[in-house]
Amino acid sequence: MTRSALIILGFAVSLFAQAPQNYDDVKVNILPVQGSVYMLIGAGGNTTLQVGKDGVLLVDTQYAPMAPKIMAAVRTLSQMPIKYIINTHMHGDHTGGNGALVKLGAGGGMPRIIANDHALNRMTAAGSNIPDSDWPNDEYFGNSKDFFFNNEAVVVYHMPNAHTDGDSVVFFRRSDVIAAGDIFTPEHYPIIDLARGGSVQGIIDALNRIIDITVPARYQEGGTYVIPGHGRLCEEADVVEYRDMVTIIRDRIADLIKKGRTLEQVRAARPTLDYDTQYGATTGIWTTDQFVEAVYRSLSEK
Amino acid sequence: MRGLLLAVMIAGALPAFAQVDFSGEWAPLYHEDGPERLPGPELGDYTELPINDAARMRADSYDADRISVVPEYQCRPHGADYSMRGLGNLRIWREYDESTQKLIAFHTHLLAWDSERTIYMDGRPHPPEYADHTWQGFSTGVWEGNMLTITTTHLKTNYIRRNGVPRSDKATLVEHWYRHGDYLTVVTVITDPVFLTEPLVRSDNWFLDPGQAIGVFGCEYAPEVPRPTGTVPHHLPGTNSFLHEFADWYGLPYEATRGGAETLYPEYRSRMGKYTPPAKCDRYCTCTTLFNCNLAPANLAPPPR
Repeated sequence: MTRSALIILGFAVSLFAQAPQNYDDVKVNILPVQGSVYMLIGAGGNTTLQVGKDGVLLVDTQYAPMAPKIMAAVRTLSQMPIKYIINTHMHGDHTGGNGALVKLGAGGGMPRIIANDHALNRMTAAGSNIPDSDWPNDEYFGNSKDFFFNNEAVVVYHMPNAHTDGDSVVFFRRSDVIAAGDIFTPEHYPIIDLARGGSVQGIIDALNRIIDITVPARYQEGGTYVIPGHGRLCEEADVVEYRDMVTIIRDRIADLIKKGRTLEQVRAARPTLDYDTQYGATTGIWTTDQFVEAVYRSLSEK
Repeated sequence: MRGLLLAVMIAGALPAFAQVDFSGEWAPLYHEDGPERLPGPELGDYTELPINDAARMRADSYDADRISVVPEYQCRPHGADYSMRGLGNLRIWREYDESTQKLIAFHTHLLAWDSERTIYMDGRPHPPEYADHTWQGFSTGVWEGNMLTITTTHLKTNYIRRNGVPRSDKATLVEHWYRHGDYLTVVTVITDPVFLTEPLVRSDNWFLDPGQAIGVFGCEYAPEVPRPTGTVPHHLPGTNSFLHEFADWYGLPYEATRGGAETLYPEYRSRMGKYTPPAKCDRYCTCTTLFNCNLAPANLAPPPR
């Protein structure tokens, strides 16, 4: 394993652990999306909430200390027990509240915590330090899993080797809303967790599948809504912009690799310059340099 | 006493502020920036745009094939900051609260893409940052004397020129609407921290045309070109062979076509390099309608009698 790969691995392990912040000041905002689906914005990834006569379904659970606030937000919309939690992937900013929310909101028996089997494997691997109370108890294998809940079909699609190797996208078919997880993060470049099976091509493939599912309404807006892993509520056109960005940067870096450029030469060529003011960062958890390196390694270390 | 009561009732019916009625059918005037607005901008023409390096590179890599090859682009409408510059046959109407007779909103309908927009006048706040963005954004208006000033946020990423120069979803659009008799002037100010180094100010005009009938635009996207899934046409850096066309056709120094705040002001002419105007104008120089823009003056049909 190269030194850079080790750095990325170390980064990936630490990045999504519980962030050292004061959660007392964090408010959970509720945004009605469409049909039975709401978006909860707090700390960590976005949480998707579906409520109805059958109970409560959550997609992703933010960090553990956020659980009481998430539960309080849920209770403003439903007094029914949590029946399902679906994790879009294994990182702690999306799964950290699993166990705490099960304790707070189960009521009607143990909720099912659904995730792709690769996500479960990563969470239960030696050294992951993820408590077993947060582990999925209903992993699925293969391309998808579906069930009927709150009067609509809920389809969980596996998106292989994208942000990680265990990514899922959740489609609420009657409400016409997608929870995309960290495959789609319009606030910043996509985080490609190479150490956990992520790849730039997997991100692009997953974004294209989301675009295939979404259908805009009149004026090319509305229709299918997309809740990103982080950032504001979106629609198909926003996913298209993001897909274009990742595709174009992939093509540029692939062209430079084809010409024999080293990573440092690729960085010096600034293949992301036109997107940096929109998605880039020089500090923080995912910098432009890290993104360029991840794309470079994803394309060159096959 | 009866007279006093009547006077009070009349006074109560008067608007609290000067309120101009923009309602009606408005036909666009294209005397400003006609070639850009009717036939469309030349590739590589970034003049008059205070863009940064990111916007310039984004536009350089833009390939217009994207519109034909990628179905999701085929029916993509103009944003609120651009829609009035395009095929701008415009209808404006007012919406009132039935119980209070206070103005709730102005609504607009534009020919291009049948775009409709609401400008709220009832003082409601803009949505939170995490709310959805739309092509027309979220607009609120306030009166400043007889001028209506409109602030629009929550725009989707789009273009400020239809040759690939981008405008981000973090931009804010401020408009000033003036009515002078049968003429409407709209001044737009776009502030974009992602792609502009200073605000971009433009203006457009219409005249009142009560007999105007706006047809249905209609648009249905469909795959028209066989292509692999996820194809995104673009030019790799340094490979766009069209970027010099504009400078060559109009005899401009290439650097002067690249945009940037420094090129907006008159003093730039003294240092922009040699300008050699073409011997005669034969490209987009005589537009009077959308349909004769590409003709040289000698080929123009005489006006109808």
